[in-house]
Amino acid sequence: MADFMTALYFNVLDIRPSEPDWPDRDRIVLSKGHSSIGLYAVMAHRGYLPLEELRTFDSIHTRLQGHPEMTRLPGIDMSTGSLGQGISAAMGMALGAKLLDKSFHAFAIVGDGECQEGQVWECAMAAARYPLSNFIVIVDHNKLQQFGWLKEIGPDGTRFPFPPEDDGELVRKWTAFGWRVLEMDGHDMADILRVLDEALTPGDDQRPVCIVAHTVKGKGVSYMEGDYRWHAQVLTAELAAQAFADLGEPGLAAATLERSDK
Amino acid sequence: MSYELSKGLALREVFGRTVTELAETDQRVVVLDGDVGSSTKGDIFEKIHPARYLQMGIAEQNMLSVAAGLATTGLIPYISTFTAFAVVRPLDQIRVSIAQTRANVKITPSYAGMFTGSTGMSHIILDDLGLMRGLPNMVVIAPADDMEAAAALRWSAQYEGPVYIRLIRDATDRIFPEGFGFSLGPVVPIADGSDITVFSTSTQTPRSFAAVRILAGRGISAKLVHVPTIKPIDVAGIVNAAAETGRVFTVEEGAVVGGLGGAVAEVLSEHLPTRVTRLGLDDVYVASGSNAALLDVYGLSGQRVADQIESALLRG
Repeated sequence: MADFMTALYFNVLDIRPSEPDWPDRDRIVLSKGHSSIGLYAVMAHRGYLPLEELRTFDSIHTRLQGHPEMTRLPGIDMSTGSLGQGISAAMGMALGAKLLDKSFHAFAIVGDGECQEGQVWECAMAAARYPLSNFIVIVDHNKLQQFGWLKEIGPDGTRFPFPPEDDGELVRKWTAFGWRVLEMDGHDMADILRVLDEALTPGDDQRPVCIVAHTVKGKGVSYMEGDYRWHAQVLTAELAAQAFADLGEPGLAAATLERSDK
Repeated sequence: MSYELSKGLALREVFGRTVTELAETDQRVVVLDGDVGSSTKGDIFEKIHPARYLQMGIAEQNMLSVAAGLATTGLIPYISTFTAFAVVRPLDQIRVSIAQTRANVKITPSYAGMFTGSTGMSHIILDDLGLMRGLPNMVVIAPADDMEAAAALRWSAQYEGPVYIRLIRDATDRIFPEGFGFSLGPVVPIADGSDITVFSTSTQTPRSFAAVRILAGRGISAKLVHVPTIKPIDVAGIVNAAAETGRVFTVEEGAVVGGLGGAVAEVLSEHLPTRVTRLGLDDVYVASGSNAALLDVYGLSGQRVADQIESALLRG
């Protein structure tokens, strides 16, 4: 998710970090609000908040709540956390643009596990009945959810989880609901920018757009990649340093260990 | 001021007419409908302002969150559906998308209480006041008649933040005069009396007015106080009225658990411990019946309220 969030905030969204309430800005709603830390990091680098403030994440009185909260942090367009609601709020923003004759877009970032919420499909049904080409939903299709269903494979009885949506299933579903559906490699920056650009070019039928972003959870971190148990865990200094090293940031790895020594 | 009862418009009719009128001068007003506009009288708005009538289909959870998103763009969404499907089914959407964000959304469904046109238990919602007043940031209003409902709806467009207005499907008696205003908070004294105070809300108030007249004929002097704002509740107004008479009754066509009865009992037990008898629906699901039969069976007609109060006083 960090890759396409970076692309959105730095190359795609028409936003003014110094004027977060600018009425004509593009809207973005992190419907999968549990990924808030990734959002805050991108927003900090884009100038919405000081990088130092990231250290306050989840602490008392912080603006950086466990799930994004619009009443605390300027630049958050909608509070989220209860899955399925953010996508609908973003639809309201897209509808608002049409009613007010404005040209801004509304993006919603939805999880593939979140697509198990009925409200996502209520929204998919309703949005397709309006000419909402300015409504762009990105499904972060990392094929994992917190716990999910387990299926047994292998002679040793090792169990692996079912993905929340099977291969191709999301494309078929969103297409069936009447959306223009695009797919992208959620870790290939060139592909991300190409597909986002395509999404921003409305088709003649003005349909809302769903981008299925193929991603790998924990991408680039050796011990984390593809392991659903890292949905919600706290890193030790050693594991954090390992992650930085895996991501090609030896300086940050060293700094992390040095800080933990003090 | 002395009051008289007359025939009033159904509050759903008032909803359709008033939001239509509001939209004439306020371009921000939009209506979101959950496929029941012909029942809630949202269709009055749809005929005059079709572009601002947003059909959301039979998908109430999406509808309430869409309303929150619309509100962030500066529009003022009014919700049109049945009360059961506006305040209970999408309760989490109201909590997270609307109340926690202080979204400028007006939750104005018809069909609160028992009068739901013989739809039965699934559509009869009695605990709307308790559920809505439990939400921080929510304003909760329960108008007595068509005049007060129109005034409250007009007021809601000027107020920035989430509002729930309790509206009833069927015509009920009017008690307030033409041009009656609404102000958030204060209780409205209707009749003076010295033996007991009767607090009443929503469209039960005209029936409670009939009840206190019957009681007067039986030598019981009852003060009647209408409570149009359930949240924020008028603590001083309730305490002062109770202080004048002692012995308090609450009457509502809704659940006494968490409703007006609960709210008044909370206020008085904290500020002025007073004996409170709560009349209304007490821990029951109500099923279909004619309005007259429902009022009779559940003790909420003017006659039956008077009888209940008199026998409670006789019991001591």
